[in-house]
Amino acid sequence: MAEEKNVEKLYKISSNPHVRSKVTTGSIMLMVIIGLMPATGFGIFNFGIRAAFVVATCVASAVLTEFLSNLIFKKKQTIADLSAVVTGLLLALNLPVTIPLWMAALGSVFAIFVVKMLFGGIGQNFMNPALAARCFLLISFPSAMTAFETDAFTGATPLAALKAGEEINIQNMIIGKTAGTIGETSMISIIIGACFLILVGVIDLRIPASYLISFVAFIMVFGGHGADPGYIAAHLSGGGLMLGAFFMATDYTTRPITKWGQIFYGIFLGLLTGVFRIFGPGAEGVSYAIIIGNLIVPLIEKVTAPIPFGYTRKAFKAQQKGVK
Amino acid sequence: MKQNSVAERLFNGVIKENPTLVLTLGMCPTLAVTTSAMNGLGMGLTTTAVLALSNLIISLLRKFIPNRVRIPAFIVIVASFVTMVQLLLEAYLPSLNVALGVYIPLIVVNCIILGRAESYAYHNPPIPSFFDGLGMGIGFSIALTIIGAVRELLGTGAVFGYHILPDGYVNINIFVLAPGAFFVLAMLTAIQNFVKNKLAAKGKDVSKVGSGCSEDCASCSDTACSKRFYDAGAPVKNPEVNAAKKDKAKTEPKKAEEKSEEKSEETAEKKVKDKAGAVTEENNAEEVKTDEPEETEEKAEVKETEEKEGGEKDE
Repeated sequence: MAEEKNVEKLYKISSNPHVRSKVTTGSIMLMVIIGLMPATGFGIFNFGIRAAFVVATCVASAVLTEFLSNLIFKKKQTIADLSAVVTGLLLALNLPVTIPLWMAALGSVFAIFVVKMLFGGIGQNFMNPALAARCFLLISFPSAMTAFETDAFTGATPLAALKAGEEINIQNMIIGKTAGTIGETSMISIIIGACFLILVGVIDLRIPASYLISFVAFIMVFGGHGADPGYIAAHLSGGGLMLGAFFMATDYTTRPITKWGQIFYGIFLGLLTGVFRIFGPGAEGVSYAIIIGNLIVPLIEKVTAPIPFGYTRKAFKAQQKGVK
Repeated sequence: MKQNSVAERLFNGVIKENPTLVLTLGMCPTLAVTTSAMNGLGMGLTTTAVLALSNLIISLLRKFIPNRVRIPAFIVIVASFVTMVQLLLEAYLPSLNVALGVYIPLIVVNCIILGRAESYAYHNPPIPSFFDGLGMGIGFSIALTIIGAVRELLGTGAVFGYHILPDGYVNINIFVLAPGAFFVLAMLTAIQNFVKNKLAAKGKDVSKVGSGCSEDCASCSDTACSKRFYDAGAPVKNPEVNAAKKDKAKTEPKKAEEKSEEKSEETAEKKVKDKAGAVTEENNAEEVKTDEPEETEEKAEVKETEEKEGGEKDE
């Protein structure tokens, strides 16, 4: 009997695909949310209950915006895939805790409606929505977006202090007890979340590793401190670098799909971040580096397209030219 | 409305072929100087003056300007008017002159002005040409003023310098900066398309209200665009236009007919080759290479014939 059953299974005829993965967009997004929880939790612990309100506002308005824009555009509802929750959460982690709640909501609306839904919804956006919204808010409301002074922390962010040549406490920076945006301060909690994502296979190390290595190489050459470990550690743990490298640059929609493309992309981001941090007027440059990197992704993919099985390099190039 | 009448030209410039929102021409001043409603209006009116007068003069001189040097000739005429306007602005509206800065001299290379000279004034009598320029200029001014007003309102809470939003309003600086220009222009164009689609759904004829370089707009059909988009081998978007072209070919002598048939056959072959190219091997590269010179020859031929046709029309 058992054998007969197996035979039946074997000869069941259907069109491909014959093997399906159980991974869905929703399950991946859920993993990302779990991976972001340590950073979120530490942010709320560090900055107080208002951080939780900012997070809640961002997530709620992001989901609501996606719901409404699907209604307006008469499209299938996509809020169940949790991608809007991730966008809202990432945006909240990139905001200072003092930001007025309506600005946080406006940022979510911009991220979801303008950057994501107007370009066709999930999988179609050309730029990371959360980062685009952060830059939108940063340009629109520069004073509110850089108001890092709270009851717990006064003074400049560690990166600004570092740029001004002041003393900084690296131990505090690594734990996260410094001024900054809600989710970026704690290097340890971000790395715990990132390790979880790597273990469950949602992200791999290609982009983060090439990003961080090229960034370290850049600041060793141009930073003016050589291979001083304290300086490098301060740059690595300060600002949004860790959050950007593990959670933003690895966004499935806006990263290159080819393996070598991802490595080039990481190197490009590292160099750009280094340029912004060392030669730019501000102390921070991760968000601009990543959205500029998003823009050149199509070019990277074109250059690094793998050669199909059975082709020679020459024939493949010739064919690509012919298609053009 | 009668073709080439004054009212028709004005309507054409303001609504039907609005240079900013429909043809999307002259984007440089549109995006760069519309930080306030006043700047938008000033830029629009300055361009209107230059556009109307240069159209008039070019139309008067159209029989004397040799075809080969027409572009330099247009630019000399336009540049003279721009110089005059700039001197007048410096004398009577110095603040506006400072606000518009380098964009006043840049009117010389504004593609709306060269576009109208090339596609309309060079082929038509002075009076309609003047009003064509005036209509286009007014359309441009209206669009620029609206963009400027929206940006000023959101970015500073004021319109034409008058504060109209309550004091509690927090300025969204991005709208006064470059990205804001793109947001507002895109939204206005979207609204324009939305209205157009609604009208079409109601059954009103909006086929004449083309957007971008659609085949049906009068200024495009016999100028630069047609040559660019109707290359040999390129699929023609609008089947009606295609059919019209075939009809034309039939009325011409037999040789032309044979030629066009050959061409269509060749293009068909090429398409098949292209499709095959997706799955073929190395020598495909050579094939593509050998194809290229033929193609350029064809293009040249088509251009020549089209130019001849255009010339006949004008006569």
